Parts: sequence; C-alpha cells; structure tokens
Amino acid sequence: MESTDTIRIEASSGPAYRDVISKVVERSGTDIRRCFHCQSCGGGCPVCQAMTYRPNGVIRLLQLGCVQETLQSSDIWFCIGCNTCSMACPQAIDIAAFMDVMRQMALEEGVPPAEPDILSFHREVVGSIHKYGRTYKLEIMMRYKLRQFDMFSDLDLGLKMLAKRKLDLLPSKISDQRVIKRIFEACGVDNHGGGR
Amino acid sequence: MAAVAEGMEFSYFPGCSLATSAKENNRSLLKVCQKLGFNLVELEDWNCCGSSSTHSINSELAFHFACRNLSLAPAGRPLLVACPSCMLRLRQAQLHLQEDSEARRVYERMWGRPVDSNLTIIHFFELLDSGFGAASNPDFKTALKGLRFAPYYGCMLTRPPAMRHEKRYHGLMEKILGSFGAEPLVWGHPSRCCGTFLSVAKPAVVTPMVNQIIQGAVDVKADCIITACAMCHLNLEIRCSLRTQLPIFHFSEILSIALGMGIKKSWLKRHLVDPLPLLKAKGFLETPVVG
Repeated sequence: MESTDTIRIEASSGPAYRDVISKVVERSGTDIRRCFHCQSCGGGCPVCQAMTYRPNGVIRLLQLGCVQETLQSSDIWFCIGCNTCSMACPQAIDIAAFMDVMRQMALEEGVPPAEPDILSFHREVVGSIHKYGRTYKLEIMMRYKLRQFDMFSDLDLGLKMLAKRKLDLLPSKISDQRVIKRIFEACGVDNHGGGR
Repeated sequence: MAAVAEGMEFSYFPGCSLATSAKENNRSLLKVCQKLGFNLVELEDWNCCGSSSTHSINSELAFHFACRNLSLAPAGRPLLVACPSCMLRLRQAQLHLQEDSEARRVYERMWGRPVDSNLTIIHFFELLDSGFGAASNPDFKTALKGLRFAPYYGCMLTRPPAMRHEKRYHGLMEKILGSFGAEPLVWGHPSRCCGTFLSVAKPAVVTPMVNQIIQGAVDVKADCIITACAMCHLNLEIRCSLRTQLPIFHFSEILSIALGMGIKKSWLKRHLVDPLPLLKAKGFLETPVVG
C-alpha cells in the first residue's frame, strides 16, 4: 500500500520545501534534520497526552514537507518549553526553540492557531508587559477570561487567590514606561506582540 | 566569578512572581540571604524577563526584554536571580550576546552602552551551594529533624542543549536540608514539569499533571513538597484535585526555619494549602513565629 507520507515526500522535495527547512534551521539555531526519531523526547514530555503527533512527530511532519499540517497542529501550541525533551535528545536538538519558531511562523503566515486559548493567554501576558513593564496577573486573568467569554470557571479559585493575596489588586510596574514602548516599536509589533 | 563570600554584594532580580503572587518566597529569600551575610541590592527598575509567553510568539521582543535587565546591572556586582525561569531567559540572552556580534551591535544601539562581558548571572541555589557555611554549624543539625520532604525542582533541572555545560542543581535541596536533619525522599517526579502557563489556558491538561506529582509525593509518605520555583509552587497549590493535598513550601521558607529564624505568619497566610497543622505537629513552631 502506498502511504500518504511517500506521496508527500515526492510532492515536497522541491526547492520550496528545502527553503522552509533551511529557514527553520536558521531561525531556531537547531538542526531538526538530525532527528532520527528515537522518540526519547516524547518519553518525558509532560504534555504528550494532549498532543496529536508528539515532539518527534512534529519534526517528522516538517521533514516530510507537510508545512501546513505542522503549522496547523495543536502540538506546537501545547509545547510549554520545559526543555525536558532536549535533555533526552541524543542529537542535542533544541526542540523548545524549534517549537518557538513553528508558533511564530504560524502567526506570520496567518495560519489560524489550533489552540486559540493558548495564544490568547500569550497575547494577554505580552499586553501586560507593554502596559506595566511587568506582568499583572489579576488583569491578565480577568482579560483572558473576558476574551473567552468565560467568567465562571475558576471564579472560586480567583476569589480564594484574592483572599490569600496571591493576586494583587494593584500592578507592580516599572517607572520608565517609555523604554518598554520603545522595545515594541523596535520590533514593529502592536501592544500584544502581534504584527501591525 | 570569584568564590561567593560573606558580605558580598549582589544585584538582585526578583522577577514578577516573587514581586507579586509569591511575596512569601521573596521575603523568606531576602531574610535567608541577610542571615548568611549577603547584601542584595534590587536591580533598579527591572522589567519582566518576558516570561514563557513572549518567546513563544516573538523571539526578538523576548531578547530585548531580557537585555534591558542586563543593561541595568551595575558593573562589578554579580546578578542574583530568584526564579529559575527568569534565570533561563536572562542567561540565554547573555549567551546570544556572547556568540553573536550582530546581537551585540543591536544591544549597544538599543541601550547605549557596551555589553558587560564580565557580568555573572547566578541563581539563588548557586549562592547556597558555594556559600553555605551555616549547615556545618552543630547548633542547627537537628533543626529540621523529622521532616520527610519530597524535593521538587520542576523544569529547573532541564536546559536547552546550548546550556548543557552550565551548573546544575541536582540534589542541592537534599544536601542542604539533609544537613539540617530533614529526610529527603527518593521519588518519581522531582523534575516533572508543573504545567506552567497552561494552568490558565488549559486547566484540564494541567490538573492530571499536578495530581500525578502530588500523588507521587503522597505515595512515598512525604509530609510536604518543597519547591525551587514560585510558578511550580502556585500550580501545585491551585491545580491539585486530589482528596489528600500536601503542604507546599518554598525552599527559602524552609531554610528560614532551618536557620533558626522561624517562619512568619504573614508568609503562611499566603499558602492555599494550610501548612500550619504540619508545622505544629513537627514542632517547628517552637522556633519563633513572627507576625
């Protein structure tokens, strides 16, 4: 039986495919072509059960030229960058750095994120840094929940955290606010780290 | 860097968690450092290291956030970092600056000063490892007697390949707290990730992860879990849905007890899983609990 993978290799072995791989290697500073799929990375991955392909599977997808499938996968958003995989990798591939590049490419290419909640959370954190220079957890949580139209899950937890003063009512912020705005301008991104 | 010595001065980067949700971690850490004779000067007007979110969506932004902090550090003082995650962000930016001349040019343009190639960034743990004289003090050898603890490092022990030659902290909590008479337990999850930010966006994914960690500590009959990171501390407290929950302590809080300074009520009040019954049962409250 002819596997779909074989077809994809043939369809994607042209220059465009090679360009994408080289770009990923250059941007991530790690050579995913070295991966020989021993699957050690998945063995220790704490979020593996939430993934579709697992870390080496995501690398395999890209090696096979399935660029869209890679950028559309949930896995690139579930990776929390804990580096457990990299410690296990016999080829010393920086898998967390690779996943960073995959997420960033998905955003740049306008691929709808498979896990919009996770992206929404990242946007709120970056927005908080834009506003205060530091992260203001209470506002991040409130704004995140509002964005999700979900004010009730975790409400009890939020109240408990407020009572225990785990969530401050006022933000801790830096005094030189202009310098943070300057960083965002230098990167050419909006208040939440998105393209202008 | 010269060996860490008493009386030494450090620039101190607490990071957002210790400045807000984990103030008890910050206060106990400062107290321990004071007791050990280290002088910590908070890095003036520090900003967020970028956290997990920034590098997830924009590497350049993350690099600048880390660099601004590095540019604030006065020369001649090592930069002490409290949070393992901030530590990683700052060190990675520093490595990038060391290796890439274009990155150095960008830094100089952005911050109007050359990169300080002599700046040492060290984590709180490193300070203890090299400068812990009190553990040999016979007065304290039984300070933590009877405390069975599960040492929890989370992802603090893991590194990207570029940092594989950096100092590691395996066994440090066991070694130090063990020297005060506490009993470190061998268990299955000392370096299992706590789930970090997914705790907010995907609690259904994080709860089983946290439950597995806590159940692992319960299975070896631990009295408590001691954490190295404020984020881990929070996740273990808020995302456990097991009937049996264990008190979770910051390493610095336990050190405060170990060094005879007791534990402050104001720190304990900020714990979501009440640690008082355990502390009472172990007699750790006989050392002064100061309000």
